[in-house]
Amino acid sequence: MSGAETGLHVEGLSVSIGRAPILRDVGFSVAPGEVRGIIGESGSGKTMSAYAVMGLLPRAARMEGRVTLGGQDIGGMSERDMCALRGQQIGMIFQEPMTALNPVMTIGAQVAETVRIHGAGSRRAAMARAAEVLERVGLPPDEVPLSRYPHELSGGQRQRVVIASAIALRPALLIADEPTTALDVTTQAQILALLARLVREDGMGLMLISHDLAVVAGMADAVTIMKEGRVVDSGPTEALFRARRHPYTQALFAASTHVPDPVPQPPEPPPLLQLRNVERSYVQRSGLFGRPTQIRAVRGVSFDLAAGESLGLVGESGCGKSTLGRAILGLDPVDGGEIRLAGAPVHAGPTMPPEQRRRMQVVFQDPFGSFNPRHRVRRILSEPYHALDDPPGPQARATAISDALSDVGLDAADADRFIHEFSGGQRQRIAIARALIIRPELILLDEPVSALDVSVRAQVLDLLADLRRRYGLSYLFISHDLNVVRAVTDRVMVMRKGEIVEAGPTGQVLDAPQHDYTRALIAASPRLDAPLREGSRG
Amino acid sequence: MIGADPQTGTGGAPGGGAAAFAGLWIGAALVGLFVAAALLSFVWTPYDVTRIDVAAKLQGPSAAHWFGTDHFGRDLFSMIMVGARTSLAVALVAVGIGMGVGVPLGLTAAALRGGWLDELIMRANDLVFAFPALLIAVMITAVFGPSAFNAILAIGIFNIPVFARLTRGAALGYWQLDFIRAAQVCGKGRARISVEHVLPNLFNILIVQGTIQFSLGILAEAGLSYVGLGAQPPLPSWGRMLAESQTMFSFAPHLALFPGLSILLAVLGLNLLGDGLRDRLDPRRGLAP
Amino acid sequence: MLRFALFRALSLGLSLVAASLVVFFALEIVPGDPAAAMLGVNAQEDTLAALRAELGLDRGPVARYFDWAGGLLRGDFGISYTYRTPVAQMIADRLWVSLPLALYALALTLLIAFPAGLAAAARRGKGTDLTIMGVTQLGIAVPNFWFAMLLVLAFSITLRWFSAGGFPGWEAGVGPAMKALTLPAIALALPQASILTRVLRSALIETLGQDYIRTARARGLTRRQVLWRHALRNALIPVLTIIGLQFSFLLAGAIIIENVFYLPGLGRLIFQSIGQRDIIVVESVVMLLVFAVILVTFLVDLAYAAVDPRLRRPR
Repeated sequence: MSGAETGLHVEGLSVSIGRAPILRDVGFSVAPGEVRGIIGESGSGKTMSAYAVMGLLPRAARMEGRVTLGGQDIGGMSERDMCALRGQQIGMIFQEPMTALNPVMTIGAQVAETVRIHGAGSRRAAMARAAEVLERVGLPPDEVPLSRYPHELSGGQRQRVVIASAIALRPALLIADEPTTALDVTTQAQILALLARLVREDGMGLMLISHDLAVVAGMADAVTIMKEGRVVDSGPTEALFRARRHPYTQALFAASTHVPDPVPQPPEPPPLLQLRNVERSYVQRSGLFGRPTQIRAVRGVSFDLAAGESLGLVGESGCGKSTLGRAILGLDPVDGGEIRLAGAPVHAGPTMPPEQRRRMQVVFQDPFGSFNPRHRVRRILSEPYHALDDPPGPQARATAISDALSDVGLDAADADRFIHEFSGGQRQRIAIARALIIRPELILLDEPVSALDVSVRAQVLDLLADLRRRYGLSYLFISHDLNVVRAVTDRVMVMRKGEIVEAGPTGQVLDAPQHDYTRALIAASPRLDAPLREGSRG
Repeated sequence: MIGADPQTGTGGAPGGGAAAFAGLWIGAALVGLFVAAALLSFVWTPYDVTRIDVAAKLQGPSAAHWFGTDHFGRDLFSMIMVGARTSLAVALVAVGIGMGVGVPLGLTAAALRGGWLDELIMRANDLVFAFPALLIAVMITAVFGPSAFNAILAIGIFNIPVFARLTRGAALGYWQLDFIRAAQVCGKGRARISVEHVLPNLFNILIVQGTIQFSLGILAEAGLSYVGLGAQPPLPSWGRMLAESQTMFSFAPHLALFPGLSILLAVLGLNLLGDGLRDRLDPRRGLAP
Repeated sequence: MLRFALFRALSLGLSLVAASLVVFFALEIVPGDPAAAMLGVNAQEDTLAALRAELGLDRGPVARYFDWAGGLLRGDFGISYTYRTPVAQMIADRLWVSLPLALYALALTLLIAFPAGLAAAARRGKGTDLTIMGVTQLGIAVPNFWFAMLLVLAFSITLRWFSAGGFPGWEAGVGPAMKALTLPAIALALPQASILTRVLRSALIETLGQDYIRTARARGLTRRQVLWRHALRNALIPVLTIIGLQFSFLLAGAIIIENVFYLPGLGRLIFQSIGQRDIIVVESVVMLLVFAVILVTFLVDLAYAAVDPRLRRPR
């Protein structure tokens, strides 16, 4: 099909499900060898646009508009023709590599399936092709044999397998839907580098969908910004990043780089939380009957957290930061060393005295799993009173609840609602209100904004800074996101394989890292100013 | 992001909401009828089920005897009403035993996951699971002789591991969630968390499973009474009515037809109700508190 | 895989020991004096004493358990009090009716459930699916022994295609013997096939909603191809559990169904023995059936590992 047009063109694309419009008059194009970033927050329709191109919309969806690939109209194609096209001319990869592969099929068979299904050779030839492609995406068969199953691979390796199965037949277009959102920063950098290399080598168009401006900033030649099913801004990356014409583009940039006003610190504060040589290990069995192995998740960690301080703890998944958090909260016993809060030791289990418990509260990442779905907000907020010896009476309790709700920007009437009636951002506010209600001295924040859209994230970070200023709180802020840590912490510790490898004032650690690992982390973090720093892309 | 996946739409009952909704109400109506017949039989039946009237024996359905009469001339409709009472009582108590023992065991096992008590409870469950209700009934009867109580006990014991496993599995899922951790940070112990936070979230699945076990209980009671391990004369029971009809049903098929249909409709009603409730209460479809 | 099998085999052995203890305790210790239980309330004292000596009841419970369990291992189940013949021989004769019946019914169950479940899942929400779901809803609710009576009424009494009951024995040839087992097997299979169809359908639908199905569709597989190549094998994991459970229901169900068709199987034996208080026979049959259930659980565990690589030892 040698039309005048090359690459992907989408014009006037509208999709609705029932009466609800999902996409309205969406248009963009991806030229061969071009990377088109599609950016938007949740509900913006960016993923639906990808499904529309793939012909994988939900059955109930109605679609209008024109989608062409290499001059060929694929918008109105039959399902049978689309099946021939998918995998052959368009490949797609997804956000969640842990579940994107069939757990009972070997990785070789899954990559070879793309080849086999399009009739491009025998079983043996397909496996040989799979071996080549896996080698190409950085999984050489002598290190990672084709006979491996997905559960034997890491998240980054699995994403490479998914990529291999998508590009096995060298498609003209690759759609990547949040391909690195579920991965650690260093893995993310490797996957993005791999995608960039494949685009360059194959002259393939890449439609890169992300919620993260910074991820797209370093990759895309052109950017399309979507909001509520519409394209609001579009253009070459550098020009769009410089001009920021549209108000929503400006708002996105502002939220992505938002730094709350600094919180003044008291002079020479006493230490509130002290850790000395804390050790925590657990026994892991590989499978039901494998040999048990001792995993040292936390190795000799020592640090002080001063009263009124916000201390960051960063590291990649599996580095032990969550295990350490659980030990500090007294949820797990330590195997060695000591944790002291306001001078008194922290014990695991219900033996910890109430006056010790009330000093410390927690806010978790997941705005859905953090609350009992059967309890009203009032009951959720009352729970910490259990930690008190002398819980307040009903009158004082009601006042405290409405105060806590107004502290976090919610309404007193919200106390009578159930948790499913709130958005993700509102739920995190409720989690903060719950942590606040007994006026603790320390709040452990475990990735509190990671599940939130950037604009909501900025508001929650402001709220946290504001509350700290008002109540003199101390924060232990656990996060994988260096930008967030930079915005809200005074000091930061970098954790790797159970050890703190570097610690110091946040600005100093992030701008002049001393440890190699810290340097690697910072180098891997996507930068929003990438297109502006490099000037024009080559 | 749109939650529905693009290839499959959503699962659940065929034909979507309407069919499930109709099923729920048909089920509720059948179960209502069944319960009403059982309760009414305490105060009124068209005929006395113990009255023998040999002159009126083996009559087919008529205006006087809606479902006909048996070989002693007893009114089949009245017997079915009283039989509903037996079925209801046996199945209800058996589900009660299963839930009453199984749910606390499952909650305990989940709260102490990986500990020796968890292991012990689950292994004991596996062991009981190796004994089908029929074999339990056989053993009890071999020792104590046949009675309706045996049937209750046998079905009840069989239900224990069903509820224990279900409870443990579902409770483990909740123990992974952060709201449990938040409660622990507030100093709440495992027992308190099990009762306050875990159990209320299991109500939905327990109601659904309870309905299913109820219907299985009715089937099991009928089977046990049919082979003589359950209800004994003169207590009317659907299963025993079928056993008694066996030598006569070639010339008096109504004797087998009506008790069998009663079992079928009662079980069907409970299953439809259970499926309907499952669709209604499925937490994935928005948790209705 | 070998290590997994050994581990499961060890657990199988422990389950059998535990189950034998339960059976022994329930039928020999709980009744107090099994001899009295066998002979009933009107038994003479000297008859009782003779029976006690004959059954070895004059010794301690631990010694009696080891005697009994050792006998089971050697295939010596004791002597029936009523018939004065070895229980092992009585059971072996009857087993040749009950076991083929249960297996026949299992085969029918699988033959019905797999096509029906796949068809319903492939055409979800369409007429085929609605019909299959409606029929299976009825199939689950029907008591199998009543369904058996209806089958007799229709095919034996009215149409005269099958005899209404009895068993010619395997000596009469495989054909006639299988024919005699056909109606009972259908009666047993229908409710179980209904359950399995629904389980398979919902497992397939659940699987079809997984992320890897989307990945496979993005590779260019059609709906039918993802169903067969990806969904079916993953759906087998929950389905295997049900098949394992069903075998024990089929065995128990066979015991009840034999009554409808006057088949000389374990069911007839067990109910006769209960009537005659022949506890040794009851004990042996129960133990044998429990053994069968535990063995099937073991085989299902092995099948899991064959289907799901995550359960095998990671290399």
